[in-house]
Amino acid sequence: MHAIVCIKQVPDTTEVRINPETNTLIREGVASIINPFDTYAIEEGLRLKERFGGKVTVLTMGPPQAREALKEAVAMGADEAILLTDKAFAGSDTWATAYTLSRAIRRLAPFDIILCGKQAIDGDTGQVGPGIARQLQIPQLTYVSRILEIDPESAHIRVERLLEEGREIVDCSLPVLLTVVKDINQPRYPTFMGIRRATRMEIPVWDCQALPEANPEYLGLRGSPTQVVRIFHPPARSGQATLLTGDTPALLAAQLADRLLADKVI
Amino acid sequence: MSGLIVLAERCTACGSCLGVCPFGALSLEGDTIVVGEQCNLCGACVDACPSEALRVERPEAEAEPDQATYRGVWVWVEQFQGRACTISWEMMGQGRRLANELGVALTACVLGHDVGHIAREAIAYGADRVFLVDDPTLAVYRTDPYAAVLVHLVREYRPEIFLLGASARGRDLAGAVATDLHTGLTADCTGLDIDPETRLLRQTRPAFGGNIMATIICPKHRPQMATVRHRVFEVPPADESRSGQIVRVPAILPEERIACRVADFVLESGQVNLADARIIVTGGRGVGGPEGFDPIRELAEVLGGAVGASRAAVDAGWIPYAHQVGQTGRTVKPDLYIACGVSGAIQHLAGMQTSKVIVAINKDPEAPIFNVATYGIVGDLFQIVPALTAEFRRRLGR
Ligand SMILES: Cc1cc2nc3c(=O)[nH]c(=O)nc-3n(C[C@H](O)[C@H](O)[C@H](O)COP(=O)(O)OP(=O)(O)OC[C@H]3O[C@@H](n4cnc5c(N)ncnc54)[C@H](O)[C@@H]3O)c2cc1C
Ligand SMILES: Nc1ncnc2c1ncn2[C@@H]1O[C@H](COP(=O)(O)O)[C@@H](O)[C@H]1O
Repeated sequence: MHAIVCIKQVPDTTEVRINPETNTLIREGVASIINPFDTYAIEEGLRLKERFGGKVTVLTMGPPQAREALKEAVAMGADEAILLTDKAFAGSDTWATAYTLSRAIRRLAPFDIILCGKQAIDGDTGQVGPGIARQLQIPQLTYVSRILEIDPESAHIRVERLLEEGREIVDCSLPVLLTVVKDINQPRYPTFMGIRRATRMEIPVWDCQALPEANPEYLGLRGSPTQVVRIFHPPARSGQATLLTGDTPALLAAQLADRLLADKVI
Repeated sequence: MSGLIVLAERCTACGSCLGVCPFGALSLEGDTIVVGEQCNLCGACVDACPSEALRVERPEAEAEPDQATYRGVWVWVEQFQGRACTISWEMMGQGRRLANELGVALTACVLGHDVGHIAREAIAYGADRVFLVDDPTLAVYRTDPYAAVLVHLVREYRPEIFLLGASARGRDLAGAVATDLHTGLTADCTGLDIDPETRLLRQTRPAFGGNIMATIICPKHRPQMATVRHRVFEVPPADESRSGQIVRVPAILPEERIACRVADFVLESGQVNLADARIIVTGGRGVGGPEGFDPIRELAEVLGGAVGASRAAVDAGWIPYAHQVGQTGRTVKPDLYIACGVSGAIQHLAGMQTSKVIVAINKDPEAPIFNVATYGIVGDLFQIVPALTAEFRRRLGR
């Protein structure tokens, strides 16, 4: 079983604060982390390896410091890691990101399964997973909350997907791309041995020369159909809460009920 | 040379750009601004620079020569078990507005099995034309057959704008279709308007968990595709007397070429369907344990609403993930959001702060949730929530 996990390094948004005077993001000291959803994807890959043997390859496209995210995945137990980095990849939108990752994945073939997070917490798009699947012309199963059955021999998988109205059970063939939600498992912590291995490991770096099949027109800013033209801070929600006061819970409840009925939200 | 250019002769090393970079890519070394690898060319610094010393140089991509032949606005009408999803009508309202501004027609794409009634509804909600693809292979949503139909229709009829709902299915489908069409896709938009000079669609969306907003365009590829966030826009009134054209189109993929089969669907109770709920009652760590959700559920039931949860409550195992509201859970925009024992961490706020009316019930008067709340009650939720349930039970006669 060869599982390829696509991970992204993102700023830890818990630590991102807004400077109330300038209304800008305070980035000082904000750590970079593996996109939280991607840790679930790594864990699921590791579990498949434990059941079926084979290997887990983690792949990221990003600046050189994204190597740290790969090392963390190796410390968790991933076998191989590839860092895609090149000035030519800078400014990629989801189309160009999925294109570049899919060309790298072709070099890593054969594989049985590709795992991605449901979305990245910086861009929040959830588009890269489907983009990779279409580029590789393999089926995609998004928002997966459980792998119910998987059999590499007969190339079959059954998963549960989490949708708005409930849970869908789907059968599909392998190879397949899954995007996972955090219901799926509890990611493990890096082990001592893993950390040692990660520290020593030389992580291969692929630049655009390493992807000879890739069309340079489709990479980075040039290959990105979308353009960000403006970034701004959302207007803060105006006003302070009206604090309700009253001597007993019943009096408070009556006041709140009056207000909510007057606001016509009930 | 493309990228972020610092014009040394203009730069005064004032540092205005450093803090505005969402990626932390800029630094001041001596008196020069250095652009790091993290630069995503978003241009936030360009606007912040008082001396116009920064510029994003974009490579000149050739415009698609036939770009002008793309006309019209399209909306994908999502349905589940034969009923149209409200998000689709919200988008029809937006689609109609954009089509009117551009002076073009609005087309709805209705895919499913036995869904002719939805095609007629789509006309009532503003469509001039409906592509109706009615086929057993489309009865239940699956990426491949749905994407194949839409890709085919777009190639044939060339719309300039294509909107889909940012639901689980909408995001799944839009990601696939935009990839095949090699065009731009903006996720989760909360604002859409037309630039009158260029006719380009300006798509505005939150990023970084709602901390910043970005406006995005797709100048050189067609159609301009966007998914639109739920409950940002109003459902327009339906006008049964409107007329429009229904065009029947065959499906593209035969069953034997579809890799997936949907074996089963387990519907969640109404208390879990956060996306459609008009009222949500949410419990956080303050509920103290799984039983702490009992009073929350009772209030939700009396109000006919859904039950939400903060990540802290979900991670503690008190309630399933499907209830989680926030950056890593669901984004919601109900008319009424009652947060009980929730502190209001930024990731939670990212998922609910656009709710119409927010009520916060928390023991701690300093809890940040009070900064976004419309009404606040400082007190013990185990006293307040049951009192509210009793009060509404009486007033609503439930
Ligand atoms: C990458 C990332 C993504 C995240 N995504 C999400 C997300 O999607 N959704 C989310 O919710 N969080 C998310 N978080 C977590 C978030 O940062 C907070 O940890 C979480 O929202 C806190 O939940 P809480 O408010 O229930 O708990 P706490 O912060 O512990 O607050 C509990 C509150 O209850 C009050 N309280 C206690 N007892 C009572 C009582 N009897 N009556 C009244 N009030 C009482 C306390 O005063 C306190 O204010 C994310 C974090 C990260 C790092
Ligand atoms: N630069 C990247 N390198 C590797 N994987 C990525 C990258 N960007 C996105 N992904 C994967 O795609 C998922 C969805 O990301 P997004 O579409 O940006 O929300 C992430 O959870 C990752 O699994």
